[in-house]
Amino acid sequence: MLYGMRRFSALAIAATVVLSACSSSATPSPAATPASTTGNCVTGSITAAGSTALQPLVQAAATNYGKACPGATVTVNGGGSGTGLSQVAQGAIQIGDSDVTAQSKLATPLPADSLVDHIVARQGWIVVTNKDVTGVTNLTTQQNVDIWTGKDTNWNQVGGPDLPIVLIFRPASSGTRSTFKKLVLNNAVEATGGQTLTEDSNGAVTTAVTTTDGAVSVIGFAYYNDPANKPLLNGLQLDGVDATVANMASSTYKLAADGHMYTNGQPSGLTAAFLAYMLGPDVQGTLIPSLFYAPVVH
Amino acid sequence: MAQLTNTYRATGLRAAPSLRQRIDLPRRVVFGAAASMIFIVVLLLAFITWQGLQLFIKDGVSIGQILSPTWQPDSTSPNLSFGLLPFIAGTVYVTALALLISTPVSVGLALFLSEVAPGWARAIVQPALEIFVGIPSVVWGWLGITILVPFLSHTFHGGMVLSLPIAGDVFRVPGFLTGFSWLAGSLVLSIMIVPTITSVSYDAFRAVPQELRTGSLALGTTRWQTIRHLLIPSALTGVLTAIVLGMTRAAGEALAVQMVIGNSPSMPAAITQPVTTLTSQITLDMGNTVFGEPWQDALWTMSLVLLVISISSVVLVRVINKRRMGA
Repeated sequence: MLYGMRRFSALAIAATVVLSACSSSATPSPAATPASTTGNCVTGSITAAGSTALQPLVQAAATNYGKACPGATVTVNGGGSGTGLSQVAQGAIQIGDSDVTAQSKLATPLPADSLVDHIVARQGWIVVTNKDVTGVTNLTTQQNVDIWTGKDTNWNQVGGPDLPIVLIFRPASSGTRSTFKKLVLNNAVEATGGQTLTEDSNGAVTTAVTTTDGAVSVIGFAYYNDPANKPLLNGLQLDGVDATVANMASSTYKLAADGHMYTNGQPSGLTAAFLAYMLGPDVQGTLIPSLFYAPVVH
Repeated sequence: MAQLTNTYRATGLRAAPSLRQRIDLPRRVVFGAAASMIFIVVLLLAFITWQGLQLFIKDGVSIGQILSPTWQPDSTSPNLSFGLLPFIAGTVYVTALALLISTPVSVGLALFLSEVAPGWARAIVQPALEIFVGIPSVVWGWLGITILVPFLSHTFHGGMVLSLPIAGDVFRVPGFLTGFSWLAGSLVLSIMIVPTITSVSYDAFRAVPQELRTGSLALGTTRWQTIRHLLIPSALTGVLTAIVLGMTRAAGEALAVQMVIGNSPSMPAAITQPVTTLTSQITLDMGNTVFGEPWQDALWTMSLVLLVISISSVVLVRVINKRRMGA
């Protein structure tokens, strides 16, 4: 019995030592590790988090940067624009990704003043419907307002089949929804109730539109142009303008917005180097067009 | 002698710990574990309560507004309103229907396992239930969205009507516009809570002394009469505990429900219509709102409501069990 006790306490102590050893070596420090410059590459590790619309681009760029500069680690997380902005304002991460400006999101007690905006790309969204909505290839701004506020409830009111319209929203707090509401709906109050659904992500929206008769929603270009999704969806013109990267770049397609990467104060070290890489030819010239964003630097 | 003692010290060996020391150390470790657990729970309760009350303290929202059905949390909205009633009602309705579907099945299964099943059947069903518990909720939600939702939408598109030949249509529910609905959420939840209710009820039935069963059968009752008049009354408190635990599990589930109920922030109208719940609204909005803004404060208030629901059910289980002890 006593022997057992002694063994137990020895084990407990050993376990404590092992645990503390693990935590000191394995847990990454939340602050950026000191960066040292080696040629054009800067070593160290930083975290970027926030917008899921911008995430595919930032993730791909971070992977490429890590390959080019083996000593650098850029960790990319989602979480939503609000999370990105509040975490970068609190200093928990180095870069906050957002679909919307910090001024429109951050009020007291987190001042937006100390945040520095870096616009890295333009991103576009497209209105999509279920395949059974035949004969509708274009919606005007006014038709969109009538549909999304619940004034029109059947596709035959906009030249389609006799089929009830099912509205699939993103959450009211999402960057996609607030951008669509501002640019297309002119801040009209959207419908609620029986014919409306809310889905969490671009992926969930795509699934819901493909499986629901008469469904309409708004998704990012990158998701619409995914070969796995495109044959399952009807992509619509907006005011007669095709939803293409070229039309978005020339500003003739209006459902588009800047993708922001915010830093707390002027960036330095790896953060500055990574943002410079985002605006450099590798990302702006090659990566951005391949992922259906539009470059901001030519 | 003095020489010897010094040598003994110099080797780094120390005197064996006393009996008291040997017993005290593990006791301290165990006590420390228990104390830190309690400390974390208290801290969590205090934090959620504090955050949940910010909506009233800092943002000046009244209790009356919280109980309104209008959810317009967007600061650009012309009539800003933080009505949580659609979410509270959604959670209550979806959970209630899930319990209604799941309880008879689960209690029946528990009775089968404890009273009827031959050994080999029990040997199959029990591991199956354990596997059930281990299936992640995202898998249930995924099955729901790919199989259940399209099935409901296509099968009951025209509406569900229950008619009696004399009275005409006595019950009419609008058809599914989409399969995303209150019913879909309740069906997915009812499957998820089967293991909880079954295993706790099973224990309650097994706890009824064997002598009572044999005594009852010796009096010439059938097996059904024994179950109906002896087992169910004796195990009733245990079965009620099982139902409350199932309810807590259902009310707290977020992911699987969110995937199939449609998340429409309006009052539940019919089982064929999309609804929303406290948990699904929190997961939808938390990433997109900013710490400290009224919108996120409202989400914390929803967490507080959920916490109150779960604490109430813990208290309810305690009261039920105390009455069993007293009886």
